[in-house]
Amino acid sequence: MNPTTSYDAYCLKAKRCETANVNTLIFDHTLQRAEPGQFVMLWLPGIGEKPFCVADAAPFSITVANAGEFSALVHQMRIGDRVWIRGPYGHGFKLRGQKHLLVGGGYGAAPLLFLVKLALKRGHAVQVCLGARSAEDILLADAFHHAGCTVMVATQDGSRGLQGLATHAAEQALRDFQPDMLYACGPLPMLSALALICREKTVPAQLSYEALMRCGIGLCGSCELDGQTRAAAAIPPGWLTCKDGPVFLMNVEPEI
Amino acid sequence: MPVDISCGLPGMRLSNPTVLASGILGTSPDLLERAALCGAGCVTAKSCGLDARTGHPNPVAVDWAGGVINAIGLTNPGVDAEVPMLLAVKERLSVMGVPLIASIFAPTVAEFARVAQAISQAQPDLIEVNISCPNVGDEFGTPFAGSPISAAQVTAAVKSATCIPISVKLAPNVPSIARIAKAVVDAGADAITAINTMPGMLIDASAGQPYLANRVGGLSGWSIKPIALRCVAEIRQAVDVPIIGTGGMMTGIDIAEMIMAGADTVGIGSAVWQRGPQVFALMCQELGSFMQQAGYADLRSMRGMAIR
Repeated sequence: MNPTTSYDAYCLKAKRCETANVNTLIFDHTLQRAEPGQFVMLWLPGIGEKPFCVADAAPFSITVANAGEFSALVHQMRIGDRVWIRGPYGHGFKLRGQKHLLVGGGYGAAPLLFLVKLALKRGHAVQVCLGARSAEDILLADAFHHAGCTVMVATQDGSRGLQGLATHAAEQALRDFQPDMLYACGPLPMLSALALICREKTVPAQLSYEALMRCGIGLCGSCELDGQTRAAAAIPPGWLTCKDGPVFLMNVEPEI
Repeated sequence: MPVDISCGLPGMRLSNPTVLASGILGTSPDLLERAALCGAGCVTAKSCGLDARTGHPNPVAVDWAGGVINAIGLTNPGVDAEVPMLLAVKERLSVMGVPLIASIFAPTVAEFARVAQAISQAQPDLIEVNISCPNVGDEFGTPFAGSPISAAQVTAAVKSATCIPISVKLAPNVPSIARIAKAVVDAGADAITAINTMPGMLIDASAGQPYLANRVGGLSGWSIKPIALRCVAEIRQAVDVPIIGTGGMMTGIDIAEMIMAGADTVGIGSAVWQRGPQVFALMCQELGSFMQQAGYADLRSMRGMAIR
C-alpha cells in the first residue's frame, strides 16, 4: 500500500440478514491490528463518513442497522460495492480473567461477537445478556448461542425471554454467574445503569460508548460525553470517546 | 545546570513555551483544562465567530504520512455562547496559573471588531485574530491574510474594539509573510501567531475523490515544519513583537528549533493526535534535556540564534 494513503478500499463479499433492520456486511480482506470494541471511519466518497464498530477483523465485517440516511446506504450495499476505511481507532475491549459477562443493548450487541470469539478460543466461560424492545429486534442471539455462550434475553414487551431491560438480565447474571469482568455496549442510559451497578458491587467493567465522531483522531473535541453520562461511570472530564475510548475501563487496573 | 523554560507573551508569563493551538481540544472547559493539566503553558480556545456554525460535513480531518489534513470549517457556538464557556475556563485555569487565549474570526472588518468587543467580556489574556483559516474559501480568511492592507485593516479594527492584547494569526501561503507581519504590527498587533495550516489537497486514487468533503483543507504536522520555521524566521527579521511559532511542532527539539528561528513560544496542535494530550509535558521534558546537554540556561539564549 502507498504509505501516504489514509484509506483502504474494501469490497463487499457477502451479506447476512440479522434482523429485519440489521445486516452484517462481510468484506473481502482483513482489517489489520483490530481488536473488539475498536471502530473504523467508513467513507463513501462524495457522500460522507461515519464511525462503525468492528464486528469482525478477518475478514473485516460490520453490523449495520438501517437507522439513518448514511447507514441506510451502507445497509443496502450490493455485493461487489466498495467502502473506504481508515482505522481501526481507539481503545477496545481487553480480555481479563476467565469468566466474562457480556451485555448488549439493541444494536450494541454488534461488537460483542468478535470479543466472544477471542474469549472462547482461550477456553474461557462466556455469558451474554441481550436486550431489545421486542423479540424481532434481538440481535445475534443465535450466533452467540452457536458460538458456545450461555445467552439470556430480555425484551421490554416480554415477547422473548425476561420482560425488562438488558440491565435486569445483567443483574441476575452478576449474581448467578459471578463473572470476573463485565463488558457492555449499548445505549447511554443502559451503560449508565450498568456503571452504577458495577460501582456499587465493585465489579470490574468495560463499557463501550458511542458519541458524535468528526475527526476520529482526538483533535476536534466533538466526541466528548455529556456530564451526566460521565458522572455515572466516573469517567474523567475531557475524556475523548474516539481516542481515550470508546471503551472505558471501570474498577480495572491498567495493564503495564 | 538547572534550565529555565519560562517565557512571556504580551501581558502574561508562561511556565513553559507550549501553547495549545486553536482548533485542537478547544471546545469545552473540560478539554481546555485537560490540556492545562497535561502541562500546556497556555491554551487557545477554538476560533469563534459572531454566529454559530456547524462546519463542514465528514470527512473533516484525516491523518496521513505527513501529519493531518483538516477542513473542520470553523465549527463554533457563536460568541454569545463562547463568552460563558471562556469565563468557566478562565476560572479553572487562573488557579493553575495558565493563561487563556481566545480566538476569533469574521467575514468582514466591521464584524471582526464586533466579535472582538463581545469576546472581551470573557477577559481572555490575549485575543488571537484568525485572519487565515484556509478551509472556508473566500468567506473568511483568505481575503484578509493575503494582503498587507486588509490584514492591517482587521488589526486596526480589532485593536480599537478591545483593550486586551491581540495576536494576529498569519497564513503561510503568501508571497511575503514578512510584509504582512510588518503591516499588522504597524496597525497595532501585540504579537503574531504563525503559521496557520498550509492549504493542501489529498486525493484517494481508488475512489477518484479528495479525502475531505470540503475537497481542500489545511495541512498540519511534521510536513509543514520547514514552512513554519522559514515563515517565523522571516517574521522575526521584520518585527520585534513576540511570535507564537506554530506548525509541525512534535518534539522538544522542534521547540528548540522554532525558538532558534526567533519564536517566543510554540503552538502545539497535531502533536496531540500523534502523541496524545500528555504531549505538552513530554515536549517540555525533551526541551529541558536538550538545553541541559547543549548548555542553554534559558530560552532567551537560544532565541533567534539561527537567523543571526
